[in-house]
Amino acid sequence: MKSFLLVGLATLSAAPLLAQDPTPPIDRGVRVGITYQPGTRPRLVILPGLGLDSVRAIVQRDLDYSDRFEVLALGPGDATSGTAAVNYQLYRTLGAEYGVELRAGATGVLVRLHDIGSGTVRQEQPFAIPALSAPDFRMAVHQVSDEIVRWVTGTPGVAATRLLVLLDKRAYRVDSDGAAVTAVTPSAETVLSPTWAPDGRSIAYTRFLDGAGPIIIQDLATGRTQRVAGTESQLNFTPAFAPDGRTLAFARTDQDGGTDIYAVNVADQCCLRRLTVGRFADNLSPSYAPDGRRIAFVSSRPGTPQIYAMSSDGTDQELLAPYDYGATGPSNAPEWSPDGASVAFHRDIDRAPQVFILEVGSRRFKQLTSSGRNSDPTWAPDGRHLAFVSDRSGRGQVWIIDTETGRIRQLMLPGAVRLPHWSRRLGATGP
Amino acid sequence: MTSRSLMVFALLAAAACGGKKPVEAPAPAPAPAPAPIDSSAIQARMRQDSINAAEARARAAAEAAARAAAQLQAQLTAELTSMIHFEFNKSDILAGDQASLDRKAAILKANPALRIQIAGNCDNRGSVEYNLALGNRRAAAAQRYLINQGVAASQITIVSYGEERPVNPADNEAAWAENRNDQFMPTAGGNNLMAPK
Repeated sequence: MKSFLLVGLATLSAAPLLAQDPTPPIDRGVRVGITYQPGTRPRLVILPGLGLDSVRAIVQRDLDYSDRFEVLALGPGDATSGTAAVNYQLYRTLGAEYGVELRAGATGVLVRLHDIGSGTVRQEQPFAIPALSAPDFRMAVHQVSDEIVRWVTGTPGVAATRLLVLLDKRAYRVDSDGAAVTAVTPSAETVLSPTWAPDGRSIAYTRFLDGAGPIIIQDLATGRTQRVAGTESQLNFTPAFAPDGRTLAFARTDQDGGTDIYAVNVADQCCLRRLTVGRFADNLSPSYAPDGRRIAFVSSRPGTPQIYAMSSDGTDQELLAPYDYGATGPSNAPEWSPDGASVAFHRDIDRAPQVFILEVGSRRFKQLTSSGRNSDPTWAPDGRHLAFVSDRSGRGQVWIIDTETGRIRQLMLPGAVRLPHWSRRLGATGP
Repeated sequence: MTSRSLMVFALLAAAACGGKKPVEAPAPAPAPAPAPIDSSAIQARMRQDSINAAEARARAAAEAAARAAAQLQAQLTAELTSMIHFEFNKSDILAGDQASLDRKAAILKANPALRIQIAGNCDNRGSVEYNLALGNRRAAAAQRYLINQGVAASQITIVSYGEERPVNPADNEAAWAENRNDQFMPTAGGNNLMAPK
């Protein structure tokens, strides 16, 4: 038997970073699944086979980045004939619990999930995959990966997602694995606060002009843009879609120096209404809860910016993240988690922002980062991974942390990055 | 040759030379027969010379006045557009900037057609998006101060650039201090400013 393991290179390289971010895993309760234990990472092996090298490489990386598995990488000597029976005994010896078999089909790939322990096929499904050169190829493969994660854990993975970021003055989108960095706004424009619509087909952002900043909604497939009604004058920023995609909340400056949150029906371009009346405080950075009923936001009413919440009609405003008056640093950039249980934000500790997660029910929070400046957290759709901007490697880059294991990776982007926003799960035919 | 013809010759020579470097004289020619004297041409030339001199004096005076006016404009514009600065995360007008704002108020009051835009700016240490609100507060703080000094509210608009337009792109205390500012830009009526009385 000639085999060797490249066990969890990523795990080894992540170890020093874990030491910098000694965060205990957050218990999120029991997940659906027969043998999957939350908080543990079962070993999974991508079974060798003929062809499909690109698909295999992407799936393997996706499953590694899912942080749900310890992905075993097989050496070249392990390649066996595509028709050979799966050598369960071998993979048991390697400690693998799951085997993923990828087999070329007429229009895509046949995926089998093997339960190595019992030596059986647990799930099997054909997936249509476009040609390698097709623009949808990577997204289609990411969807396969996400489905494999769902078979094991009951929750789909987040490989088939993208992030919006600012690089210099333009908005870019980038796949969750760092591939396909693509400018989405014109080079001549300065934009701010890019945000996804819930369906992933369009985005909203501030077009930053001399003396004004309208909010623009842009269709990603056609490039068509539309100025949001009511944002023609003044500076309008931090747009956030309601979960139904029909309402957009945003902050707007006024000529008296204040900033307040408004909401507008973008489906019908009507019905602008004001949600906060700041007078001597600023209100900004709205983020809807997944049920659309509550909005987390920043208010400077206590003197420094802190995290508040209100009903989506502006009533029932309350402090959300506790703070010590006069002692706690500014707190900003709240984003409600997809499961509604938490709000991520950043708070200055010794004048350097750090990422926190607040549990809405208990009002307790955890500090996720402590090394360098870490800001502007944004949730993956699994409510488990968070992306944020960190300067720990020098200039600002997006880092992705698995809040359950503390494992962390960097999205390599060509320049200083600001204001990331993570999409919901995207269809393969999406932009 | 009479003394009169000598004088005419001298005048003609002076006019011909025009005060420039003497040109090399041609080889002496046989003495010409004295030309008839045209006194009206001489008088016209003298009149023209005196007009030229007066015009030059007037021109010099006008240029000096224009220089002084341009200097005053430059000074007024500099006083109007000089920046004021802020403490970290604050939008309070500093005592040291009050004289600068008082002077701006005087200029604005002396020039009712003058319109300015105040742009509030922040250093890059705060939150990107909160800095947009903070910049607006800073611009409004100066606006409020000027209005309290009697400036018409219609003369001022405010805008925030947050941390997007740093004066100094460096990342150190000195740069941050420079970048926490209000900038004042004439948007109309800024070309022929009257000095405050």
